[in-house]
Amino acid sequence: MAKLELRNVEKAYGAAKVIRGVDLDIEHGEFCVFVGPSGCGKSTLLRMISGLESITDGSILIDGELVNRVPAAERGLAMVFQSYALYPHMTVQQNLSFGLENLNTPKAQIAEKIEQVSQMLQIDQLLQRRPKDLSGGQRQRVAIGRAVVREPRIFLFDEPLSNLDAELRVDMRGEIARLHKRLGNTMIYVTHDQVEAMTMADKIAVLRDGVVEQFGTPLDLYNEPDNVFVAGFIGSPKMNFLKGVIKKGSGTTLVLETGDKIELPDDTPKVSDDMAVTLGIRPNGLHLASSADTSAVHVDVKSVERLGGESYIYAAMPNGDAITVHSPGQTEIEPGSQITLTINTSHMHLFSTESGKALLLTR
Amino acid sequence: MARVISFLTRTRGRDRLHWTDWFTYGYLFSGILLMFGPVLWLALSSFKTDAELERFPPRFLPYAQEMIEVEGYDKPLPVFTVTAGELAGARVAQVRRIGLVAQVVRPENPSEIIKIGIKDRQAVESVSLATKNYTELFERFNFMRFLWNSTFITVMATLIMLLVNSMAAFALSKYEFRGRGTVMALVIGVLMIPQTVVLVPLFLVTRELGMLDSLWGVIIPGAATPTGVFLLRQYMLTIPDEILDAARMDKASEWKIYWRIVLPLSAPALAVLAILAIMWRWNDFLWPLIALSRPEKFTLQLALNAFQGEMDTNWSSLLAMTVLTLLPIALVFAFLQKYIATGIASTGGK
Repeated sequence: MAKLELRNVEKAYGAAKVIRGVDLDIEHGEFCVFVGPSGCGKSTLLRMISGLESITDGSILIDGELVNRVPAAERGLAMVFQSYALYPHMTVQQNLSFGLENLNTPKAQIAEKIEQVSQMLQIDQLLQRRPKDLSGGQRQRVAIGRAVVREPRIFLFDEPLSNLDAELRVDMRGEIARLHKRLGNTMIYVTHDQVEAMTMADKIAVLRDGVVEQFGTPLDLYNEPDNVFVAGFIGSPKMNFLKGVIKKGSGTTLVLETGDKIELPDDTPKVSDDMAVTLGIRPNGLHLASSADTSAVHVDVKSVERLGGESYIYAAMPNGDAITVHSPGQTEIEPGSQITLTINTSHMHLFSTESGKALLLTR
Repeated sequence: MARVISFLTRTRGRDRLHWTDWFTYGYLFSGILLMFGPVLWLALSSFKTDAELERFPPRFLPYAQEMIEVEGYDKPLPVFTVTAGELAGARVAQVRRIGLVAQVVRPENPSEIIKIGIKDRQAVESVSLATKNYTELFERFNFMRFLWNSTFITVMATLIMLLVNSMAAFALSKYEFRGRGTVMALVIGVLMIPQTVVLVPLFLVTRELGMLDSLWGVIIPGAATPTGVFLLRQYMLTIPDEILDAARMDKASEWKIYWRIVLPLSAPALAVLAILAIMWRWNDFLWPLIALSRPEKFTLQLALNAFQGEMDTNWSSLLAMTVLTLLPIALVFAFLQKYIATGIASTGGK
């Protein structure tokens, strides 16, 4: 069992705070992904968990045991690095056995474990080669094998797929997910790619500027983003954001900057008259309207992406704001034309423009 | 082989030699002459007899006069050909020379002494190697002792230097600690102080430590060199930190990281430093001259110096020993240079 708890963890380099009070509970066997734009501190957080980076404040507990001052080697974790960090002067076999030798594992046992792991990762043909003679994908497997063979309590992955080409990345993604199912260990995975996060994670922690913006299951984050940042970061293509003002009359109306009016459900909570809000709507929450509608917006089509099974229309509102529309199937719409869109209110997100916090969660 | 020849004989001009070809080959040949001329001269001279060494004008190849055993004479006599007079064309052995007259005998008639003018005879000479110069080194001088002293100093000093310098370089390149910049600045600063300046203090320190007139007194003072620390540090900076982090995650101790990861990855830089260190130590003259005073502690360089007396220089032995002194260093250089070329270059990264 390996449970990881972070309690108000902080990291500062001089005056610059990189991690600002992170609280997380990662249960045993969970696949947790840290995702966020570059510079958000996700790799630093991972290195703090690993023990390679000291922590300035707060506490890290593994299985309830405080490990703040425990050196990296003693924490029983294994890490896969972005650059693989294989030992270039050692063969694959030596790379795999190095950690076990340091644990004073008997030779017979080392050989047995290496055989088992190398077969599982299909690197058993490469054991006598050196890292420079391997392809990117093979190196990646060896790096993972080096972590697996030591049977750590928790696996840490630091953007392990970012050096691979797109096709291989998809393959390895599936492979790591299968590995997680098979081993059942706790895994923490850092990436800047939200697709990787969505497809692999049990739980996602979205980080920005050293703060966890939201922590939850992938679909929670997709369906109920806590704020504009998470809403914009999770989901591809990005959610559309339209600025407007609440007008309370007979009902609650949202008046967009373009003057378009959208009726909101009467029970909309936490909104007051004249409040500045941001409407968030995913591309698949917008539909093409054939005729003029009460809550419809008119946009100019700028470009169209035809993917065959579906299409994306990139358009601009009259005030210049960009808006993306998902259209199932193949569309006839050409750039330069004007279209009318209706908004599926059940897919609508409402955020306070001032604080960026979610106001309305509908589904 | 054909490719090597075609590579070496490449020219810019297609049919005839371009002026740049003349220039290039002229430049290269003058370079070869400049580099290898003295070495070749040394090697050939080391096989000359003392008489041949003193001859003026000097000759390129080592010639030796033919000697012959003649009945009635204890020592072999030098052979001459008579060029004029009634004996013209005959081979004679010279018994002695008095002024402008040489007393010679015919080998077939040793009892009859003939007098001829020294201009009427010519020495019979042939190319021959005076290997006596070399055998004498082992018989009359304690060459093996000097060789051992030099080898011991070179090997030990190089090993200690590689160890000490690489440990310092590892700390200076891979650890963050307060004062690292200052230490590095000091190391580089020391580069600017010539050895002659610190010679006297060094001598005093060595004497206090009681290491004068011992081989360790030569080895220890030169063990840490700023050049070596700087060279290795610059190389170790190129080793990715992630590899060290990976080793830390693999439960390797810091010593193990140094010994199993950093040292093997620094092999090319270590090889370069080893070559430099071996050459410095082997050719070192000034410090051993000061630190060592008993002949049985002499290095080869000091022994060579000892051949050169105030009044007289034993050229034949000096030259032979110089050749023997050059050989090991040339072999070491040839071997290690090949090792650098094969260097472990990949970092295992991208």
